[in-house]
Amino acid sequence: MSEPVLKVRDLVKHFPITRGVVLQREVGAVRAVDGVSFDVAQGETLGLVGETGCGKSTTARMLARLIDPTSGEIEFDGENLSGIKGRALKEARRQIQMVFQDPYSSLNPRKRVGSIIEEPLRIHGLLSEGDARRKRVQELMDRVGLNPEHYNRFPHEFSGGQRQRIGVARAIALGPRLLIADEPVSALDVSIQAQILNLLKDLQKDMGLTIIFIAHDLSVVRHMCDRVAVMYLGKIAEIAPNEDLYSHPRHPYTEALLAAVPSPEPGRSGRTRALLGGDVPSPANPPVACRFHTRCAYADAICSAEEPFLVQRDGSVAACHHPLSG
Amino acid sequence: MSTPLLQVENLSVSFNTEDGVVKAVDGVSWSIEAGQSLGIVGESGSGKTVGGLTLLGLTRSGRTTVSGRAMFEGSDLVSMGDASLRAVRGKGIAMIFQDPLSSLHPFYRVGDQIIEAIQAHSQTPKKVARARAAELLALVGIPDPKARLDAYPHEFSGGMRQRAMIAMALSNEPRLLIADEPTTALDVTVQAQILELLDRLRRELQMALVIITHDLGVVAETAEQVAVMYAGRIVEQSPVNELFSQPMHPYTWGLLRSIPKLTGPRDEALLPIPGRPPSLISRPKGCAFAERCAYAEDACRLTDPLLATTADGRRSACLIPHERRMAAWPALAAGGTEADALKVVRGTK
Repeated sequence: MSEPVLKVRDLVKHFPITRGVVLQREVGAVRAVDGVSFDVAQGETLGLVGETGCGKSTTARMLARLIDPTSGEIEFDGENLSGIKGRALKEARRQIQMVFQDPYSSLNPRKRVGSIIEEPLRIHGLLSEGDARRKRVQELMDRVGLNPEHYNRFPHEFSGGQRQRIGVARAIALGPRLLIADEPVSALDVSIQAQILNLLKDLQKDMGLTIIFIAHDLSVVRHMCDRVAVMYLGKIAEIAPNEDLYSHPRHPYTEALLAAVPSPEPGRSGRTRALLGGDVPSPANPPVACRFHTRCAYADAICSAEEPFLVQRDGSVAACHHPLSG
Repeated sequence: MSTPLLQVENLSVSFNTEDGVVKAVDGVSWSIEAGQSLGIVGESGSGKTVGGLTLLGLTRSGRTTVSGRAMFEGSDLVSMGDASLRAVRGKGIAMIFQDPLSSLHPFYRVGDQIIEAIQAHSQTPKKVARARAAELLALVGIPDPKARLDAYPHEFSGGMRQRAMIAMALSNEPRLLIADEPTTALDVTVQAQILELLDRLRRELQMALVIITHDLGVVAETAEQVAVMYAGRIVEQSPVNELFSQPMHPYTWGLLRSIPKLTGPRDEALLPIPGRPPSLISRPKGCAFAERCAYAEDACRLTDPLLATTADGRRSACLIPHERRMAAWPALAAGGTEADALKVVRGTK
């Protein structure tokens, strides 16, 4: 692997739980992200998967510095992003852009599409106002497959897929190096979903983008990503190259997630499924030691006594006392 | 074949809007027998949900026009009066919805909501109804059901809420359960639990199940028969295995080719269906899919194809001769190009 462009070390985000109205005191914390580390190489796509509440979106929002980490370090291109403010932060944000899940709520309904896509250019004072910017916006619209003549339309005049293209155009307007896509296709119909996935892949090839791709749909992640990190209750359970993860999951949680995906091949549905029972425990009060031991089929005494660390075996890195053999 | 439990014939639903008349469902026919399962798949706006809601009279209003028939146990749901329909709702046919949080009343305890559903159809004393509610929660796999009766919906997780909704739907032992995107809001692991539960209940209670979804994976795992809807109509209906191994309609081909898979070779580009569905206000002349179809001929843009039944009882609506379509699919399934398939369809190869 080439030199990583993004290094994340021990990233933590705790949201305080408070009691009382006037004198608020902290009575606990939701440990949304609780010590996450990974590297991403230039031009690579890293997938983040996991169930609701596992911390994947919180991680993404910290990488874009939309929320501040409680502790930990984010190093992008040799520069530490975790403490910076003001002008330095603004500068860093030129490099890191985000595409959001809901193409309806992520576009201001009162603004014209041209002005939505132009906004990043305006904020960063790029290109001269007027024709130059307008030309650039129309180039961007053309690049993402929108008709540049629709510059003056409002978001409601576009379909869900087209709106997501607007969101992508806005995200690439500044020529970022890192694109964070948080569930970019989960609100779209399957036939449209494929159009957006292909667009993201094309842009990555053309612009050399590094992508953090968050999705709950494991087949979409398989299609898009070079490496995949599986998160559970704020921690990484397993991180592995795509092929290894899908063919030889090491962590029992990864295995269970894969087994749960309904397969569009009815022949396979007869298989006996290792169904994961119950729900994800509360991140305000996660199980001690291995966080997965309460739902794990392989758990024994050590799993509820000692926390497993991420250990490398072949290409995969998994945090488990009883990793599955290939 | 015995009389079907529910027979929908030529059902149409249109809404009067400011922009014009939206034909959401346009002449749909299907039937289901006791204990069977039918999957209805389609994209947003294909009419799959509106069809389900209409069966229970949930789209009735001054701005809605419904025509056709839906015969359920000898009476027509479409022409039935509101009072008799209320007796069918919940008791004959029950429905569960996509979002379990907004389907439960946040101010009332889960148990009380189930008891209300039980008492809506029978003079059951509160005590008996409460015991029955606990049984139902146990049936759908909620641990410690007696104590959970007193919980509020916000104390339940998404999966538990959907289980509670299913418990409520089952409270009067309906002969038919319509599940509209029952797992779309849930995580895959919980989705797997709910699908397994629905399948088990169908077998154990001999209840017919109509599952409405956009997810072909969900259909593959739960349905015996599948109807594919596009722009308010059924374009193909097949048994589930055949739908995936020998799909008949170019739209079904497009759907199957556009989804990424969990196994098999990776890295090939996905093959999306170009364009988007037509407006339901001014339906195009001819086949509604023609504009997005790689195989459309001039005739497709003029003549509206009928839903024709094949020798083996499957149905599809396409003007291209059946044999040529069946000859084209194997290459497409293997990842072949549409250009090659087009030659087969046109009969030039």
